[in-house]
Amino acid sequence: MNADKLRIGDKTFNSRLFTGTGKFRSNKEMEDALTVSGSELVTMALKRVDVDNSEDDILVHLPKAKFNWLPNTSGVRTAKEAVFAAELAREALDTNWIKLEIHPDPKYLMPDPIETLLAAEELVKKGFVVLPYIHADPVLARRLQDVGVQAVMPLGSPIGSNKGLRTDDFLRIIIEQADVPVVVDAGIGAPSHAAYAMELGADAVLVNTAIAVAKDPVQMANAFRIAVDAGRMAYHAKLGVASSQANASSPLTAFLD
Amino acid sequence: MSFTEEIENYSWSTVKEQIYSKTADDVRKALSSNQPNLEDFQALISPAAAPFLEEMAQKSQALTLQRFGKTIQMYAPLYLSNECQNICTYCGFSLDVKIDRKTLSDEEILNEVSVLKSYGYDHVLIVTGEANRTVGVDYFKNAIRLLKPHFSHIAMEVQPLDETDYRELIEEGLNTVLVYQETYHKENYKKHHPKGKKSNFNYRLDTHDRMGRAGIHKMGVGVLIGLEDWRTDSFYAAAHLDYLEKKYWQANYSISFPRLRPCAGGVELKSIMSDRELVQLICAYRIFNQEVELSMSTRESESFRNNIIKLGITSISADSKTDPGGYANPNVNLEQFEIHDKRSTASFIQAIKDQGYEPVFKGWDKVLQ
Repeated sequence: MNADKLRIGDKTFNSRLFTGTGKFRSNKEMEDALTVSGSELVTMALKRVDVDNSEDDILVHLPKAKFNWLPNTSGVRTAKEAVFAAELAREALDTNWIKLEIHPDPKYLMPDPIETLLAAEELVKKGFVVLPYIHADPVLARRLQDVGVQAVMPLGSPIGSNKGLRTDDFLRIIIEQADVPVVVDAGIGAPSHAAYAMELGADAVLVNTAIAVAKDPVQMANAFRIAVDAGRMAYHAKLGVASSQANASSPLTAFLD
Repeated sequence: MSFTEEIENYSWSTVKEQIYSKTADDVRKALSSNQPNLEDFQALISPAAAPFLEEMAQKSQALTLQRFGKTIQMYAPLYLSNECQNICTYCGFSLDVKIDRKTLSDEEILNEVSVLKSYGYDHVLIVTGEANRTVGVDYFKNAIRLLKPHFSHIAMEVQPLDETDYRELIEEGLNTVLVYQETYHKENYKKHHPKGKKSNFNYRLDTHDRMGRAGIHKMGVGVLIGLEDWRTDSFYAAAHLDYLEKKYWQANYSISFPRLRPCAGGVELKSIMSDRELVQLICAYRIFNQEVELSMSTRESESFRNNIIKLGITSISADSKTDPGGYANPNVNLEQFEIHDKRSTASFIQAIKDQGYEPVFKGWDKVLQ
């Protein structure tokens, strides 16, 4: 699998499991779990990071040499706020990577497609590597690609719901049409969901809640690591399909005889 | 980035070898795939697929029915001019062919319109040679203005133009542009197009990128079957289609399959395609791409056309004239080529209905652009 590296923007990843940093019982447990997961890209909410304190707990537990940081704009409600948050994150964390998420609806945290597209266009112009969190909307994915985002992150089901890939019919279309990597984000509640996403041809998955709230987050992180590898391997190996049956007669082509 | 760069990813000899080394297993895999890719397309057009023709036809028919239903879109070519400054070894309008030359006046265009409207046509395809001084963008603009009140859909198959030209013509009401590369084999292309603006392979190859950027609604891709190995050439056309669909994803696409026939004194053909192989190619395209319009002209015979409408073709012409002014005043001395199926439109649409299909004359509207 070593040759099968994922490239996004200027970075190359060996692991196709991206992780989040929320909801863990302790920073120590987070560090242990994320280390075992093999993840090389971790997202953190700018609102959670104490940008004035370089010794912030979360960041100390996530050495940049091992984990690439992907700050996210969680909490913003408009494109304007998102651009502001992204610039703040770039300044504070010294990275031009940004996971763009704009969910004005506090209940289901559904991403706002209009504000997201506006913000993405602006951020790309400002030199950010933009990874937008979106509904599994194939047209939006293309519109975002057209404005220059480096990956798209469609949801599998509502964030934190652990419901799996309820949007798989649309994820298939996005994967088929995308020129940029597709990272399935949100809703992945079990290693089998992650494997399924990888079998569909997703380039990576982002998992947070399912690892963080497991009884044993370290073991669960390991299970996700294996599942993502297995799914990717199955995607390369091409899943078998039932063969169609031949017809005895030739009603459609007999005129050629 | 345009297709002249994309095409560098392929080498003619490698592609050809890949196609000719496909096996029955590769064909089975392509037929059972839910999402056939270009590699599957290679298998479907390979010699290894010949024994699977009926199975391909069944699948092509089912996929076409699911997407298009039992309908066939009717269109009529309207030849406006046979003036041409290019030399194309296979074409009846070639500069070095001694025929009478004619470019229709406004009055003559409207005479043609009357005849086409009396047959029921609502989709028209403007065709010309390449004579930029007399039949250039201004001529096309004027023609579109004359045609627009009478047709819901205007397509054109003329010389490749610049992006700004396409923008202006779209503004006038142009809906579709068909430009066939003739052959994707660069060296052989030069041999067949030794003189005139058309001899520039790359300018022609990037035409669809220019029209894509201009925002055309539909574009047509294809090769002139016979100039080169048809399988390899068709693979390139499919790769071109695939590239365009990804890049200009708001556009629609059309493929057609003009087949050169061996004839005395004509150009020597590199490959002669049988009826069976043409069916294979049509079905391969449909299995590869469920959305693309597959179009057929009157170059093909009556019996072939009757049968092919059930196998994947979705757009067809009838009773065509290839001489400018030929609908109102036929003149064989002006023809580009002699058509094969000479049935009247009325009798052809009866043949479509007899197969249980609906001939559709209006499938677009002026308000759409």
